[in-house]
Amino acid sequence: MSAVFEQIFQVGFLAAIVRIATPLAFATLGEMFSERAGVLNLGIEGIMLLSAMAGFTAASLSGSLWLGVLVAVLVGALMGALHALFTVALGLSQHVCGIGVTLFSSGLAYFLYRLIFGQQSVPPSIDGFKPVPIPLLSDIPILGPAVFNQFTLVYMAIIAVPLAAFVLYRTPWGLSVRMVGENPRAADSAGVSVMATRFQAVILGGALMGLAGAFLTMAQFNAFTFGVVSGRGWVAIALVVFGRWDPWRSAGAALLFAFVDALQLRMQASGLGHIPYEAFLMLPFIFTIVAMAFMSRNAVAPSALLKPFRREER
Amino acid sequence: MFRLEARTSTPAWFNLALPLIAIAATLILCSGLIAIAGAGVIEAYGVMLSASLGDSYAITETLVRAAPMIFTGLAVAIAFRAKFWNIGAEGQLLAGAVASCFVGAIPMPGTLAMLLMALAGATAGALVALVPATLRVKFKVDDVVSSLLLNSVIYYALMALIEGPWKDTFSGYPISPPIEDSANFPVLIEGTRLHLGVIVALIAAPLCWFLIARTTLGFRIRVTGENPEAARYGGINVQRVLLSTALLSGALAGLAGVGEVGGVHFQVMSDISPGYGYSGIVVAMLARLNPLGVVPAAIFLAAVMTGAEAMSRATGVPAFLSDVIQGTALLAMLVALLFTAYRIRRVGAQT
Repeated sequence: MSAVFEQIFQVGFLAAIVRIATPLAFATLGEMFSERAGVLNLGIEGIMLLSAMAGFTAASLSGSLWLGVLVAVLVGALMGALHALFTVALGLSQHVCGIGVTLFSSGLAYFLYRLIFGQQSVPPSIDGFKPVPIPLLSDIPILGPAVFNQFTLVYMAIIAVPLAAFVLYRTPWGLSVRMVGENPRAADSAGVSVMATRFQAVILGGALMGLAGAFLTMAQFNAFTFGVVSGRGWVAIALVVFGRWDPWRSAGAALLFAFVDALQLRMQASGLGHIPYEAFLMLPFIFTIVAMAFMSRNAVAPSALLKPFRREER
Repeated sequence: MFRLEARTSTPAWFNLALPLIAIAATLILCSGLIAIAGAGVIEAYGVMLSASLGDSYAITETLVRAAPMIFTGLAVAIAFRAKFWNIGAEGQLLAGAVASCFVGAIPMPGTLAMLLMALAGATAGALVALVPATLRVKFKVDDVVSSLLLNSVIYYALMALIEGPWKDTFSGYPISPPIEDSANFPVLIEGTRLHLGVIVALIAAPLCWFLIARTTLGFRIRVTGENPEAARYGGINVQRVLLSTALLSGALAGLAGVGEVGGVHFQVMSDISPGYGYSGIVVAMLARLNPLGVVPAAIFLAAVMTGAEAMSRATGVPAFLSDVIQGTALLAMLVALLFTAYRIRRVGAQT
C-alpha cells in the first residue's frame, strides 16, 4: 500500500496528470460550448487531428511554435464553422454530419501530411515547447514543480476553465448560448439570434479543439503520427456528459481521467501489470455510459441538443 | 433572392440522382487535392477506376473489400430507418470478429465451424447493439453518444485480448491465434480472395430489403422511425421495435466482423477494421437507407479504397485520398438530401 502511495505522490506523477489533462481540458471545454448551444460536434476527433497536423506543419516549416498554435486554432475554428454550416445553417442531422466532419478532417490530415512530409521511416519531429517555471509558485513543494513548471499551454488550460465558466454563466453571450441550447424558440422571441449564437459557440468550440490538437503535436509528442489523437476526441465527448455540461465539472472529469491514465502508464512501466492496462482506458467510457443512465432522470443535458432550429417552423 | 421551400413529395428519379450528384460533386472537389499533389486528375481517377473495376481480378478484390461495408451499411440503414441512431457499427463489427475468432479456433467440421462462427459473431454484435437500445428504452439515454462510446470499450477489450491471453507467445506480436484451416471460408474463384462471405453479403442486401419493405416487422420499423406517435397510436410497441431493430442491426454489423475473420485475415488484430463501421454510415446515407442501394454504395467506397492504392503507386498522390473522398461523399450526400425536403425557389426581390 505504501509503495502505491509513494508512487502517487511523486512529482513526476502529478506533472504527468497535468500534462495528460491539458489537451482533454481544451477539447472538453470546446465540445461543452458547442453542446451548450445545442450542437453535438462528433467532428471533434477529426478536428483535433487536422489541427494537430496543421499546427505541427506550420511550426516545422516556419520554425515558430506560436505560429503553429495559431494555425491549429484557426483550422479548428474553420472546421467548427464547417460543422455549423451543415448543422446550424442547413439544419442537417448533427450526429451524421459530425461523423462526416471527422472522416473528412482525418482523411485530409493524413493526405496533406503524407504529401508534405512524404513517407519517412522516422517521423519528422520539432523542438517543442519547453516548460516555463513560474517564479515563487514553482517553489511550492510537490505542487510547485508539478503544476507551476509546465508548458505555457498548460497554464492557458488552467486559466481557460474559470474563464469558460465566467463566459458561460456571467456574460450576456454566455446567457445567449445557454438559451439557444435550452429553448431556441424562447431565445428567438427574446431577440437572440439562434443561428449567430450557435455559429459562434461551435466555432469557439472548434478553436478550443484546435488548441488541444496543437498541444499534442507541439508540447506532448513534438511529432505528428496518424494515431496522435487516438480517441481523445471521443474521450472528450464522454467527459462533457460526465461533467454534466459544466466547465468546472468537465475539467474535473478531465483531471480524473488523466489520473487514471497516468496510473495506468505507471503500472505498465513498473511491470505491475496484473490488470490489463486497457481496462483503465475503458473506464471513462463505461463510467460515462453508466452515469448517463443515472443522470437521465435529472435531464441535465441541454434540452435542444441535436435539434436544428428553423425560424419559419412555428 | 433564393429561398428554401418545403417540399411535400419527391420524384422517384431523385433516389438515383442524388447519390450520383453527391459522388460527382465529391470527385470534383477532391480533384483539387490531386492537382495540389501535382498529378493529372483524369489520369489519377483513371488509374483508380481501372485498378478497382478494370479487370476480373480487380473486381473480386473490390468485392472482398465491399463485403464488410455492405454488412455495416445494412446495419446502419436498418437502424436509421427506425431512428435508432446506431453509431456503434464499428464496435459491433469488432465484437463479431472476436466472437467468431473464438469459435473458429475450436476444431470441428468446417461447415459447422462456419455456421457457428456466423452465429457467434451475429450474437455478439447484436448484444453490443442492445446496450444503447436498452439504455434508450429504459432510461431515455441518448443512443448517439452511448453507441459511439461503446466503440472504444469494445476496441480496448479487443486490445486487452490480443495483448493478453491471445498474444502470440512465439513472435510477441499482438495478434490472436489463427482459426482452424477447416474454418476458413472457401474461396469461390481460384487465384482470387473472393470468399463465401462476399456472396452472403450480396444475398443479405435483398433479404434486408424484403424485411424492411414487405414484412410486418419492416413496416413497424418504418412507422416507428417516421412517426413514433402514430406507431404508438396504431398499437405498435415502439420500445420493442427499437430493441428488435438494434438486435438486427448489431447482428448485421457483427457479420461484417465474421467475414473479415473467416474470409480475409483468419485471425484478429488491432487494425482488423480500418473504420468499416463508420464507412457503414457513409454507405447507408449514399444508399438513402435503402438496403438495395447499400450494395452499389459499398462497392463505390470499396473501389475508391482499392483504387487509391494503385493510384498512389502510379501517380504519387497519397492513397489517403480515399479517406477524404469518403468524408466528402458523406457531407455532399447530406447536402444533396436537402433537396428532398426543400426546393430552391427564386423569389422576387422585396422592396
